[in-house]
Amino acid sequence: MLNVQTPAPFEYERAGSVDDALALLERHGPEARLVAGGHSLLPMMKLRLARPEVLIDINDLTDLSYIRLDGSAIAIGAMTRHAELLDSPLLAEHYAIFRDAERVIADPIVRNRGTIGGSFCQADPSEDLAAVGSALGAELVVRSAEGTRTVPAREFHTGPYETAVGDGEILTEIRVPVRPGAGSAYEKVERRAGDWAIAAAGAFVALDGDTVGDVGVGLTAVGAAHFCAPRAEDALRGQPPTDENLAAAAQLAGEDCNPSADQRGPADYKRHLAQELTLRALRRSVARARGEGA
Amino acid sequence: MTAADIEAGATAPLSEAGNPIGFGRMLRKEDARFLRGQGHYLDDIQLPGMLYGAILRSPMAHARITSIDTSAAEAHPKVKAVITGAVLETLGLAWMPTLSNDVQAVLATDKVRFQGQEVAFVIAEDRYAARDALELIEVDYEPLDPVVDARRALDEGAPVIRDDLEGKTDNHIFDWESGDAALCDEVFAKADVVVAQDVLYPRSHPAPLETCGSLAHMDKVTGKLTAWITSQAPHAHRTVYALVAGLPEHKIQVISPDIGGGFGNKVPIYPGYVLAVVGSIVTGKPVKWMEDRSENLMSTGFARDYHMHGEIAATREGKILGLRVKVIADHGAFNASANPTKYPAGFFNIFTGSYDLEAAHCQVTGVYSNKAPGGVAYACSFRITEAVYLVERMVDVLAQELDRDPADLRKANLLRPEQFPYVTKTGWEYDSGDYLRTMELALDLAGYEGLRAEQAEKRARGELMGIGISFFTEGVGAGPRKHMDILGLGMADGCELRVHPTGKAVVRLSVQTQGQGHETTFAQIVSSQLGIPPEDIEVVHGDTDQTPFGLGTYGSRSTPVSGAAAAVVAQRVRDKARIVAAAALECSPDDLEWEHGRWYVKGDPSQGKTIQEIALLAHSSLELPEGVEGHLDATAVYNPPNLTYPYGAYICVVDVDKGTGQVHVRRFVAVDDCGPRINPMIVEGQIHGGLADGVGMALMQAIAFDEDGNCLGGSFMDYLLPTSMECPSWELGETVTPSPHHPLGVKGVGESATVGSPAAVVNAVIDALAPYGVRHVDMPLTPAQVWLAMQGRPARTDLAIS
Amino acid sequence: MQVTMTVNGDEVTRDIEPRLLLVHFVRDHLGLTGTHWGCDTSNCGACVLWMDGEPVKSCTVLAAMAHGRSIRTVEDLDSGGELDPVQQGFMQCHGLQCGFCTPGMLMTTRRLLDDNPDPSEAEIREAISGQICRCTGYENIVNSVRWAAEHRDGAVAADDEAMSQTAPATDEEVSA
Repeated sequence: MLNVQTPAPFEYERAGSVDDALALLERHGPEARLVAGGHSLLPMMKLRLARPEVLIDINDLTDLSYIRLDGSAIAIGAMTRHAELLDSPLLAEHYAIFRDAERVIADPIVRNRGTIGGSFCQADPSEDLAAVGSALGAELVVRSAEGTRTVPAREFHTGPYETAVGDGEILTEIRVPVRPGAGSAYEKVERRAGDWAIAAAGAFVALDGDTVGDVGVGLTAVGAAHFCAPRAEDALRGQPPTDENLAAAAQLAGEDCNPSADQRGPADYKRHLAQELTLRALRRSVARARGEGA
Repeated sequence: MTAADIEAGATAPLSEAGNPIGFGRMLRKEDARFLRGQGHYLDDIQLPGMLYGAILRSPMAHARITSIDTSAAEAHPKVKAVITGAVLETLGLAWMPTLSNDVQAVLATDKVRFQGQEVAFVIAEDRYAARDALELIEVDYEPLDPVVDARRALDEGAPVIRDDLEGKTDNHIFDWESGDAALCDEVFAKADVVVAQDVLYPRSHPAPLETCGSLAHMDKVTGKLTAWITSQAPHAHRTVYALVAGLPEHKIQVISPDIGGGFGNKVPIYPGYVLAVVGSIVTGKPVKWMEDRSENLMSTGFARDYHMHGEIAATREGKILGLRVKVIADHGAFNASANPTKYPAGFFNIFTGSYDLEAAHCQVTGVYSNKAPGGVAYACSFRITEAVYLVERMVDVLAQELDRDPADLRKANLLRPEQFPYVTKTGWEYDSGDYLRTMELALDLAGYEGLRAEQAEKRARGELMGIGISFFTEGVGAGPRKHMDILGLGMADGCELRVHPTGKAVVRLSVQTQGQGHETTFAQIVSSQLGIPPEDIEVVHGDTDQTPFGLGTYGSRSTPVSGAAAAVVAQRVRDKARIVAAAALECSPDDLEWEHGRWYVKGDPSQGKTIQEIALLAHSSLELPEGVEGHLDATAVYNPPNLTYPYGAYICVVDVDKGTGQVHVRRFVAVDDCGPRINPMIVEGQIHGGLADGVGMALMQAIAFDEDGNCLGGSFMDYLLPTSMECPSWELGETVTPSPHHPLGVKGVGESATVGSPAAVVNAVIDALAPYGVRHVDMPLTPAQVWLAMQGRPARTDLAIS
Repeated sequence: MQVTMTVNGDEVTRDIEPRLLLVHFVRDHLGLTGTHWGCDTSNCGACVLWMDGEPVKSCTVLAAMAHGRSIRTVEDLDSGGELDPVQQGFMQCHGLQCGFCTPGMLMTTRRLLDDNPDPSEAEIREAISGQICRCTGYENIVNSVRWAAEHRDGAVAADDEAMSQTAPATDEEVSA
């Protein structure tokens, strides 16, 4: 235990562009870290759990701050702050799940700094946006000197605090497919405002007449592989969204997670929440898809 | 204003600045600097040449230290000194006395006894370098089994924590009892109904927003030590430093600057304070030490940690007959509670609460564990929080057993006005009260019957809504010298008042504000007695060179003790002013009457002198009677004849999400009776803060330990404090029952709401869970704990969740 | 390394270690001690100041990251000794006790009012939800911000009541 609460020494570099950032990563090698909002990395550095030799500040990459329609997807720049995600009319129009989630991510001041890219790359096992990305089947655009590649959200996280972003790479964009008429929602239980989730579930439902045309379920903080619940989705796809069917799907979500006990709660409680919150998120998604309720 | 005026609720006249000359709502004087960022908190102070200290702490709860190597740290270019326990031993300072006649390690020499214990102290040129050097110290530990579960601390074969104490073979600290055990046995034997319940008040931490710290400067030439300390009790600290370090007391100046909240956290003396002093002596430079948040939560004065077994006896009709309780009190690795000497369990034996009983008895056993020391902290009024929580839970448990409405059951058993002064079965003499009136007002404000109707409807729909009641009696203003002392220092407070020639005044207090607004309230107290506008009265406090001796601000004692001292000293000045006025008016003092800051001739109000005129006359060449000295000043030491007993009725309304266990506090009604209110705005603010504590304590604030003794509440990510989102808009009411023995009739209010509110919230949640047959659940009522309670298997909240 | 930034309207340049936190920079290097430090983990909000016009938690921002940017602290809130309406509100409604959280609360709520001149109680509570106050139970902070919303020009528009040191009890208070 070393609660020194001051970062160990490091070199500071500031990138002026993505290319610049990539060049800096190349130059300084694997002991360099990118810092965006810093609200996950700096606390780890203060505890000296993270000790980068070089910190590359990418806050000047304002060209990575955007939320826009790009063909059949909503493209979100990696440097977009949580506050901007919360306030975005475009996201609100297509995916209420973002507003639901952003209102309960950390607190308003932290949301002024934290970025979507930082949230994905920190890869905290309780990260809310990881569940949102998995629920929506987002894709993440990663750039390196060699070019860009796209990673599905459900392949992006390779373990706790580990991602598919390699040395010399930078996450630049998150792409969410537009699904006209889909409803979505996010449900989170926390011990107190601003706390990490005890458990949370996100969902979208696209209706095809009286049946579920497409559905996505994301889970966080409950040890769900890739932050998602594919069996629950499969069970619902093509079925009418009756409460009974939603409950059956939610039960599968609960069964498929693998929570561990901590001071937020015992494993069985978290499993119960995964089921309960999946059900609630599905219900609200369906209601929103039908144009009912907020 | 006279005491009679105050009691009659008279409105004070206003000064030219618009302030009440006496009691009434007045904006705070201290705000002008705080609002501009111009407060002077400890970490704001910089001295030339100042060095920074940092403490290396134990990562283990219980381990033998086999070696410490500081050479790499000492070689750091910015490090000036590294101090270990071995160094302190050579100075005779490795151990220091606690406030409970135990000793505590300043730096560990033999063993570490809790996670976060102080092991070494680095002094460096800047704060980052000091913390860098901590990484360079190598300590070898030989792990020992820890004592984590207080209920097993006295088990045969439990590891002995305090083998430093000669002959110590177990973890027992003390046994203490109060009340009449035999009479209790009789009463319980004849009772129709006896209900028992285990109740835990888990360990919590006061967590003021400003952590603890100290800046010490030993001037080698003058031999004077100046120590700025985040202290709620600067005079007591100075005396203890003199006793511990052998420094002459007149060469120690303790300055307690602006304090960013205390709540009891800043009463004890911590190793870091001593280390800053030693650091300054060693380096010859001023040394600042400031905790980080983890250090604050893991090592400084915790609160509560009472494992209680309560039993309540009653008739079938609901007349409460008796209450008894056995307690295992977890005091951590060193018994460092800040109690009055004769009260090792604080005032816990006030646990009979607000009810008329035939018998009561409590037995408290203090034990050591491998946890941080402390025990009496966090606005607890010397453990009245635990007492109120116990009795108010037990009354609800009884109500459930008898199927009685908890409000009705309380009303049937509350003390009646004619019973005051009332001596409890454990010996406390309650000064005054009209409990039923306060209870009825709270029920009215809450719309109690309507709430019960709403609850019935909701229950029929399967929704969980709960209504919780708590009625508390506080005991504050410690205390009478013949009964109460800390380390032999009697709990009386001094006060000095000087009126300048132009009629402006300065009053010097022994107590120290941590946000309670003393600079305003004490000016109002003096104003009420002298008629000098409060804006013309400067309040000096927090500096031992500038103020008279007294025991400090905690236990809600400032108004009951120092407030009385200020009133008395002002009355003495008024008496002296009468003699001066009589000399000026050439009459006998007996011919004069006092009104609105002026002595005048009885029957001829035009003949008189204002206090301002008298002040000038007192400093003039006016001839005064034989034996009367000039000037206009006085001193006083107030030794309270008894505690004061504020009380209140609290009602909390909650909604519980039965799918997730989340609790939403929808309403909170608080009716307080603290006697007359000097500044109602400040009193209400004090109550608001305490109510938030109650919500926090009931729902989230607890520090648990895992089986290895790791502290699981060592940051604000883990130890949760309520935000604006968990707190409802508080609904306040008041009744006014003056204390018959306090010169102003006031009773103190600083901790009332912290003491009274947790039980209301818990009772509300358990009431909501009635459909599940839940009788009791231990705090904190996190979503997980509520869900587990609904399953009939609530968790031990002092241990790690598994 | 050298950093240059605008602090309360003045350009400042200092040599610092890259790891220096912004809160320590303004407090220890610039002597602006109105910005406080309370928790290390960006949970308490005692360190809130503005960077480029947005409230941020300065315990979790490097001073180096503020290079070239504009910082505003509580010391800049009043103008010529005249308190900002939000500062006046905190005084009028007893929105502070120990004063430690106050600068952060003031900076956040000033920004809230700039965005939303007439916030509801719920909006105020949400805006300050990342900041801990241990003294007030938040009630009077909410009242203070409402006061400021109702007195946008502060004392000038608040007639004699705001100028005087006394004010009538607020409506929320119930007495018997």
